[in-house]
Amino acid sequence: MATFKEFRNNVKPNWCPGCGDFSIQAAIQRAAANVGLEPENLAVISGIGCSGRISGYINAYGLHGIHGRALPIAQGVKLANRELTVIASGGDGDGFAIGMGHTVHAIRRNIDITYIVMDNQIYGLTKGQTSPRSAEGFKTKSTPEGSIESVLSPLEIALSAGATFVAQSFSSDLKQLTALIEAGLNHKGFSLINVFSPCVTFNKVNTYDWFKENIVNLSQFPDYDPTNRIAAMNKIMETNGLLTGLIYQNTARKPYEDLIAGFQPEGLARQDLKLTSDEFDKLLSEFK
Amino acid sequence: MISQLSWKIGGQQGEGVESTDRIFSTALNRLGYYLYGYRHFSSRIKGGHTNNKIRISTKPHRAISDDLDILVAFDQESIDLNAHELRAGGVVVADAKFNPVLPEGVEARLFPVPITSIAEELGTSLMKNMVASGASWALLGLPLEVFNKAVEEEFGRKGPAIVEKNVEAVKRGSEFVLELAGGPLEEFRLEAADGKQKLFMIGNEAIGLGSVAAGCRLMSAYPITPASEIMEYLIKKLPKFGGTVVQTEDEIAAVTMAIGANYAGVRTMTASAGPGLSLMMEAIGLAGMTETPLVIVDTQRGGPSTGLPTKQEQSDLNAMVYGTHGEIPKVVIAPATIEDCFYDTVEAFNVSEQYQVPVIVMTDLQLSLGKQSCEPLDYESIKIERGKLVHDALELEPNELFKRYEFTEDGVSSRVLPGEKYGLHHVTGVEHDESGRPSENAVNRQKMMDKRLGKIKGLQIRDAIRVEAHHEELDLLLIGMGSTGGTIDEARARLEQDGVATGQVTIRQIHPFPTDLLAPYLERAKKVIVVENNATAQLASQIKMNAGYGNKIHHLLKYDGNPFLPLEVYTACKELN
Ligand SMILES: Cc1ncc(C[n+]2csc(CCOP(=O)(O)OP(=O)(O)O)c2C)c(N)n1
Ligand code: SF4
Ligand SMILES: [Mg+2]
Repeated sequence: MATFKEFRNNVKPNWCPGCGDFSIQAAIQRAAANVGLEPENLAVISGIGCSGRISGYINAYGLHGIHGRALPIAQGVKLANRELTVIASGGDGDGFAIGMGHTVHAIRRNIDITYIVMDNQIYGLTKGQTSPRSAEGFKTKSTPEGSIESVLSPLEIALSAGATFVAQSFSSDLKQLTALIEAGLNHKGFSLINVFSPCVTFNKVNTYDWFKENIVNLSQFPDYDPTNRIAAMNKIMETNGLLTGLIYQNTARKPYEDLIAGFQPEGLARQDLKLTSDEFDKLLSEFK
Repeated sequence: MISQLSWKIGGQQGEGVESTDRIFSTALNRLGYYLYGYRHFSSRIKGGHTNNKIRISTKPHRAISDDLDILVAFDQESIDLNAHELRAGGVVVADAKFNPVLPEGVEARLFPVPITSIAEELGTSLMKNMVASGASWALLGLPLEVFNKAVEEEFGRKGPAIVEKNVEAVKRGSEFVLELAGGPLEEFRLEAADGKQKLFMIGNEAIGLGSVAAGCRLMSAYPITPASEIMEYLIKKLPKFGGTVVQTEDEIAAVTMAIGANYAGVRTMTASAGPGLSLMMEAIGLAGMTETPLVIVDTQRGGPSTGLPTKQEQSDLNAMVYGTHGEIPKVVIAPATIEDCFYDTVEAFNVSEQYQVPVIVMTDLQLSLGKQSCEPLDYESIKIERGKLVHDALELEPNELFKRYEFTEDGVSSRVLPGEKYGLHHVTGVEHDESGRPSENAVNRQKMMDKRLGKIKGLQIRDAIRVEAHHEELDLLLIGMGSTGGTIDEARARLEQDGVATGQVTIRQIHPFPTDLLAPYLERAKKVIVVENNATAQLASQIKMNAGYGNKIHHLLKYDGNPFLPLEVYTACKELN
C-alpha cells in the first residue's frame, strides 16, 4: 500500500509562501494514502487558477484543464473508467463563477467523484479581483468601492441541488480536512468539500486569523445530525456559512454509475470494442 | 414505364406528414427502390406547414428532384406552397374536407379524396396517414400486399385489431382514388426495382451506427437541431454495449466530458450544430494542446446566431477550420454520402487516436436529416486503430514520469491511460515538456508547437477528394462538399449530355486541405465552379488560399435555407460556360 510520500512528486509548487493551498495538497496526499489508493489509480482533474495547479503537484494521474471545466472533465474520466478514484479540484472562481453551471449539475448527477474547492474568496491567479465568494463590501481590484453583489453560498446551493455529501473545512485544520477528504473519497456519489484556503497575497480580510475567529466546528454540536437535510440548511444559515465539518451526507441515493442501465462495474476503458457480426447485423436490421 | 418519380406529402406539423412518409417509403424500400428524402420543416412542433419529399428511382440518386409528380396535401396551404413544383401532368391527391383547388396556371390533375372522413369513419383521424399513403400507393399501381406488410410491421405491436383497421384505411384510400382516376396511372408506372431491400436511414443514424461500430461507448451532448438524432440513436444502442449517453447541461460540459473520457481511454464523441460548436471552441484547443483524441460532429444548419435552425447551410466551415484560439492540429472530415457518414465516423475515431487530435465530422442538415437508401455497410472492412496507445509501459525510475509528449519522428507520442502502473504523467493545457510538466522554456515551446502542428502534415483520409473527370481537358470543373455532391453529380451528367466536358470533385478532407490531390484537376480545367450553401464562399476560399487558381474559380452560392436543385446548378453552369 502506498504511503502519503508516494503521492508526492518533485515539482515545487509555485504558490506564494503561506498560501492555504499547500495544506490542501498535503491533505489530499494523506487522505489518498489513508483510504488505500495507489498513485496510478487516482486521477486529479483541476481547473485554472492558483489552486488549479494542484494536479501537477500530486504524484498521480493529473489533468489541468481549462477554467471552470474541471468537473465535466472529471465526470468524463470517471464514466470512462469507474475503477479510478477521481478528484476534481479548483478555485472558488473556477467552481462558483465560470463553472457554477457545471457544479450544480454535477451535484444533481451524483457521479462518484470528490470535488475539493480551494476557496480563498478572491481570484488569486489574476491578481486579486472579486469572486462570487467575496463578501459584500469587499474591496478588490475589480471592486474598488467594495463588492455590491451578494455573496454566494455554495453549501446552500449544494443542498438544494440534491447533494449527497457536503462538507467544509479550513486548510489550517489538516486533521479535519484529511478526515473529510477521506470521507468524501469513501462516499459513493458526488462529494463537495469546500475548503477555506487563505490567499495571503491578495485577500487581506479573510486571513488565517480571521477564519480562526469566525468559523465554528460542527464538533461543538454533539447532537448535530448530518443526515438531516433541513437541520443542515439551518446550521449553514445560522452560522452564515462559516462552519466546518461534515454538514450533510445521504448514503441512500445511489451514484449515477449504478443507475445507468447495463453499466458494468469494470471500467469501460478496459472493455472490448469489437462487435460480433450478429450484433452488427442486428443493428442494421432496424434500417430495412 | 419510368425509372424515377417524385412524391411529396404536405400538411401542418404534427398532422401525420412524417408517418405518412415513413410508411409509404418503407413499403417502397421493400420493393428495392432507391429513395432520397428531403424534409421541409420549421422550428415549431405543432402547426406550421411542413412537407416531406421523396425521390423514388430504380438507380441511386442523391439529390432532390427539380420537379414533382405527385403531391399529397392535407390542407390548401400545402397545395398553394408546393403546386408550382408539379410538372405538367402531375397529380394532387388532396383531402376533400377542405374543398381543394389548384392555383391558377397549375396544369395538374386534382383527386379530392375524403381522407379525414374515411379515417374518422374508421375510428380516428389519426389514420389519415394510412388513407393518404394507401391512395398514393394505388395510383402507382404497386402490389398492395407489400404495402400491407409494411403496415403490419408498423402496427403489429399494437395488436391485430389495430393492424386490421389500418389495412382497411389503406384499402379505402386506394379504392377511392382508383375510382376517381379510373385505375392506376400508367404514366407513373415505375420499372421494377432490383428487389433488393436497401438500408434506409438518415445521415445522423449512419453516424450513430458508425460510432458504435468504431467502438465509441460514451457520448456527451446537448440537444440541438439537426444533431439530436445522433444522441437519440446512441442512447438506445450504447447501453447494449456497456456504454451510455449523458445529456449535459451545455455543450461546454459535453465537449469537456468527452475530453475527460477520451483521456481515460474510452472512445467518446459529442455532436452539435453551429451554436454548440461555438461554445466548444476553448475546449477544442485543450484537446489539441493536450493531444487528447476527440470526435465532434457538427451538423450544420442556417447561421449565424439562431439563424435558420431547421434549414440547410454549409457556413460553419471557417469555424471548424479556424476555431479555437492559438494554433492546434485539427482534422475536419466532410462525409458526402450516407455511406460516408458511417465509414467516416469510424475513420474520425481512428484518426483522432492515431494522430491524437480533435477531429470534426462536418455534415449539413440535408445530409443529417434526409432519409435515403444506403448501400450495404461492411463491418468486416472496419478496423479499430488506436495508434500509439500502450498498455504495458516500461518501469520508470523513482520520480521519473512517463514521457507522454516525447519528441518523435512523426510527432506522435505514446499514450498511456490512467490506471497504468508505470504511466504516470501530467496533462495540462499550459505549454509543457515531454512529461507534461508546465514549461516556458523557449526552445521547448517551439519544438512542442512544431511537434503538434507537424503531426497532421501529410494526413490523408480515405477518398480525401472524390473525383469524376473523364476528359483530359475540362471545360468545367464543379467542386462541392457534403450533401451537394449528389446534386452536382446530376448537373454534371446533364452538362455532359450537352457536350460540355465536365468534371467534378467532392472535397471530403476539408482540413488539412488536400491541395496536392486537388491541384492537378484545377490545372486541367478551363473554369472551376465551387458550389456551396453559404454566402461568403468558404470552400472556394480554402481552395484559392491553398491551391491558387483564383482566376479560374467562380462561386455558386445559395444561402436561402434550401438545398441546391440539380437544375439550378446546371443553369448556372450553362450561363457561365
Ligand atoms: C475562459 C477564461 N477566462 C478567464 C481566465 C483567466 N483566469 C484564470 S484563473 C481565473 C480566476 C482564478 O480564481 P479562482 O478560480 O478563485 O482560483 P484561485 O487563483 O483563486 O485559486 C481567471 C479569471 C481564463 N484562464 N480562462
Ligand atoms: S496569489 Fe494567493 S492564492 Fe495564489 S498562490 Fe499566492 S497566496 Fe495562494
Ligand atoms: Mg479563488
